[in-house]
Amino acid sequence: MHEILTVARKEFRDSLRNRWILAITLVLTLFALGLAYFGAATAGQVGFVSLDTTIVSLASLAIYIIPLIALLLAYHSVVGEEEQGTLLLLLSYPLTHLQLLSGKFLGHAAALAISTIAGFGLAGLVITALSGDFSVAALWSSLGWFIFTSVLLGWVFIAIAYLISTAVSEKSRAAGLALIVWFLFVLVFDLGLLGLLVASDGAVSSELFPYLLLLNPTDVFRLANLAGFEATQAYSGLVSIASAQLFRPGVLVAILLLWVAVPFSLSAWLFHKRIS
Amino acid sequence: MSACIELSQVGKTYAGVTALDELSLTIERGEIVGLLGHNGAGKTTTIKLILGVIAATRGSVTVLGYSPRGKQSKSLRLQWGYLPESVGFYEQLTGREVLEYFARLKRIDRIRTRQLLEQFNLSHAADRRVKTYSKGMRQRLGLAQALLSSPKLLLLDEPTVGLDPIATRDFFLTLDELRQQGTTIMLSSHVLPGIEQHVDRVAILDSGTLRAWGTLDELRQEAALPLTIRARGHWPDGFDPDHLSRTGIRSYQYSDNHLNLTIERERKLEIMRQLLANPGLEDIDVQAPSLETLYTYYSNSGNNSHA
Repeated sequence: MHEILTVARKEFRDSLRNRWILAITLVLTLFALGLAYFGAATAGQVGFVSLDTTIVSLASLAIYIIPLIALLLAYHSVVGEEEQGTLLLLLSYPLTHLQLLSGKFLGHAAALAISTIAGFGLAGLVITALSGDFSVAALWSSLGWFIFTSVLLGWVFIAIAYLISTAVSEKSRAAGLALIVWFLFVLVFDLGLLGLLVASDGAVSSELFPYLLLLNPTDVFRLANLAGFEATQAYSGLVSIASAQLFRPGVLVAILLLWVAVPFSLSAWLFHKRIS
Repeated sequence: MSACIELSQVGKTYAGVTALDELSLTIERGEIVGLLGHNGAGKTTTIKLILGVIAATRGSVTVLGYSPRGKQSKSLRLQWGYLPESVGFYEQLTGREVLEYFARLKRIDRIRTRQLLEQFNLSHAADRRVKTYSKGMRQRLGLAQALLSSPKLLLLDEPTVGLDPIATRDFFLTLDELRQQGTTIMLSSHVLPGIEQHVDRVAILDSGTLRAWGTLDELRQEAALPLTIRARGHWPDGFDPDHLSRTGIRSYQYSDNHLNLTIERERKLEIMRQLLANPGLEDIDVQAPSLETLYTYYSNSGNNSHA
């Protein structure tokens, strides 16, 4: 454990030092406030109008930006250390490759969690201060859930970034692959699924369909945050097909955790193979 | 007491390509060994095998009596220090933070890191970020890192690349001190001048094969390369080429008052006596084949050499 925490601490300090944490916090706060304020513009209003609209706006923002930030934060994790020669050095130290990888993951996960909580939390405080219309308790219970799932979504993409980072041998390739992965999960997957639905003319049964959404972590996040709200019909896209009752929040959290565990384990396995 | 490093018929193949073939080396405790070869000759592969970072495809590796990939590997890892080739370190952290990070991984006290920063003349820069460091400072930081656990075995991969002459000299002084304390040191290099006086034995690798292994004297004897004698003097009557060829010297250069002779090792004393007998002689200098000459000789001796 000592080794894991030492590596985690160093990785966290690195993120703090190169101002990633500060940058993420600021970006999330500003985007969140902007979107929450203008989120109801389509309904002809501006300002922090309703709780539903606010959460929905924040969630649709998070789907794009959290995976991108997580991938950018962690894509060079292994391949970067390899390029600068410190990976080989660390492997000559008394720590296993799993301890090294876990430590790095923990450090990145903590950095992303803290900046997500701080960024969206700050936005939440401003919203609370500026709008008297909706109950503070309701806001914070919805916002709390939203922040919690956002952090999980971030961890999923950090794990995916680790998988990319151990699979390639050059940092620039890892960066390119990270962008492609982001594009696939955030944009292409839903289009593909929609295409499948239309082209198969209903042959893919509507019972199977919601489960296909679980193959995309951003859709799991959507299910967790959007499906419950009236105001979401216009925003939630494919997710509206899955009824809110189908997946309990606990199940969705478990699925997101699985989405962290599987890419991370694959990455650990690749790492092990690569150095033997 | 067993040898420090024992490689016995070690081979390493990467995806069908042989990086190292049938390497057998026994390195005793307390000696400084130079591992020489072109880029891609197998130096780094050898070091990685010793560190247990990669597994040998064939043969066996023993370090300080144990397999570096076996159950004892964790305690072995505390007993050696390693400096990789042109290591970048963490640019955003300060020198002190970098050193403390590595110290914590080996569970070594802060007093030791402070002492090493002092020893390597980095105290004044300890709280500056590594990205502001010069190449020499980075290398000193790397060496301090390798010495954290006061290791019994020190493995240095191309330690003098990018160092200026003064930094190189300081580096070798440090090595000599460490040897006096009984540290076994293996350093790989393709920069030959300078390391001659500091290594006990050298291993010359080429295309993954060991071409030569021994002390410089042994290698000189084995290679039987000619010596060079430089003489200066004044010979009013000039030099008689016939006289030289009568004594069997075929290769010589003569200009003004300088004479360069290339002779076989065994004839050194005989020819020097002849030269000393000449009253016009003012100075004489004998040069044994340099490490560089030996290196060129041995790395060209293989059939598939690409020198």
